[in-house]
Amino acid sequence: MSQTFTLSPAELALRLGDDALILSHRLCEWCGHAPTLEVDLALSNIGLDLLGQAQFFLNYAGEMENAGRDADALAYHRDEHEFKNCLLTEQPNGDFARSIVRQFFFSAWQQLRFHELAKSGDATMAAIATKALKEIAYHVQFAAEWVVRLGDGTEESKCRVADGISWSWRFVDELFTGEDAALRPAWEARVRATLNEAGLDLPAPVRGITGGREGRHSEYLGHLLAEMQYVQRCHPNAQW
Amino acid sequence: MYTVDYSKPQDARAAQVEDADRLAAFDARVAADDFIEPKDWMPEAYRKTLIRQISQHAHSEVVGMLPEGNWLTRAPSLRRKAILLAKIQDEGGHGLYLYSAAETLGVTREELIEALHSGRAKYSTIFNYPTLTWADIGAIGWLVDGAAIMNQVALQRTSYGPYARAMVRICKEESFHQRQGYEALMVLANGTHAQRRMAQDALNRWWWPSLMMFGPPDDNSPNSAQSIRWRIKRETNDELRQRFIDATVPQAEALGLSIPDPALKWNEATQHYDCGQIDWEEFYAVVRGEGATAKDRIQARIDAWEKNAWVREAALAHAAKRSTKQAA
Repeated sequence: MSQTFTLSPAELALRLGDDALILSHRLCEWCGHAPTLEVDLALSNIGLDLLGQAQFFLNYAGEMENAGRDADALAYHRDEHEFKNCLLTEQPNGDFARSIVRQFFFSAWQQLRFHELAKSGDATMAAIATKALKEIAYHVQFAAEWVVRLGDGTEESKCRVADGISWSWRFVDELFTGEDAALRPAWEARVRATLNEAGLDLPAPVRGITGGREGRHSEYLGHLLAEMQYVQRCHPNAQW
Repeated sequence: MYTVDYSKPQDARAAQVEDADRLAAFDARVAADDFIEPKDWMPEAYRKTLIRQISQHAHSEVVGMLPEGNWLTRAPSLRRKAILLAKIQDEGGHGLYLYSAAETLGVTREELIEALHSGRAKYSTIFNYPTLTWADIGAIGWLVDGAAIMNQVALQRTSYGPYARAMVRICKEESFHQRQGYEALMVLANGTHAQRRMAQDALNRWWWPSLMMFGPPDDNSPNSAQSIRWRIKRETNDELRQRFIDATVPQAEALGLSIPDPALKWNEATQHYDCGQIDWEEFYAVVRGEGATAKDRIQARIDAWEKNAWVREAALAHAAKRSTKQAA
């Protein structure tokens, strides 16, 4: 598609910022409800890293837009059709297996994407990516280790992680549109290695569901934003 | 942290059959402000009191993640959201320190969690109050963490070494969050009319429950005397409570907010604030588990534990397979 070649840096920053913002929000929902205290801390930790990335990207997107909007304005005062996150990140947490697979697929993609971005001629984007890559390496490791534990754990955990893979698999295509298509072989190799270690196979291709990048989301995002934005929307001119 | 010692020591006086010489040596060490360490001999009642107090302290950290976690997805700015997420993460970490400290006394974390879920172990009464507005998050940081710090600073000199050391580490992080909570409230107090009202309403609802965090009054605190003799506790509930009030009233004044206590008045003679009567009936009701959110809090913990049991089982099964493979 020619669209990706005309993708502006502002649009890219918005996409990457929204990915991080929305997935971070989902991880916040786990807080206090995880299988162990250690996992609770790890999920919050990843959520906090992603929130930091979101702030960097969205502030930069706002700067480039030059209309006086900062990360908060972009996070709290856009409607759902203006959000550009991929559909994968807005999927509900489901059980722990679904959340872990979502994390693994996303973080493995982010690692490849940011590796490219770190070489970008845009110094700000490259700096954000370079900082984030250190965090992402940890996220990928954490998620991959859990995919293996669940896949190579009990019968039940194997079924659940297989369900998690099938839930998320429909949203993978969206990660590899336009020039990002080139990242797919490396991503599949990374994912296949972990799934094999877990005793699982890479699923057969399915018809991908896309739309997030164009602001056409699942039914889940509206609810997420209603919750996330409500205080700001009630007090639009207040400082916090 | 945030715990006060609530439940009765069923067997605190049952252990007097012990070696009198050892007991005398123990008493002398405690009196000399020596730290007692895990391998040292200690009276059985001392061990049990500490297990109860440290584990309840740990449980308080973990249950305390829930009222604040309630506002994570609704925090009104990304900065506040990040601060809150970092804070809750610290609380989980404090829970881990404290469970480790309790485990040095010969119990397992699983046993302690089981006691929490079955209702045998308690956690701080404060977490059985609901967080109803964003301002509550600031108020918790300021008042609840403030009260916690008052307690914990005193516990840095508690006689059991692992507990004292956990307190030193926890206090450092806690003071930071307390300042951030106060700052969040300061923004509201200097904000719009609606924000100011929100801040005052939060203070109205959290003031008395915060004072209750110090536990029952000295004349009705059956564990205190023994705990003070053993130097587990270094100061009485009422002493700590008074110190908290004296420190906090000027902070409220700086915010331009009023403390919901018409009897509150500076006493020139004592150099302390005099204040109104705590509603002890409410306190004991909350201790009995009749607080507004008590059932929700414990149910949330039980659900997290039980609905995710399959995850822990998977991790164990995988670890077992792995060690079998390595052994082969």
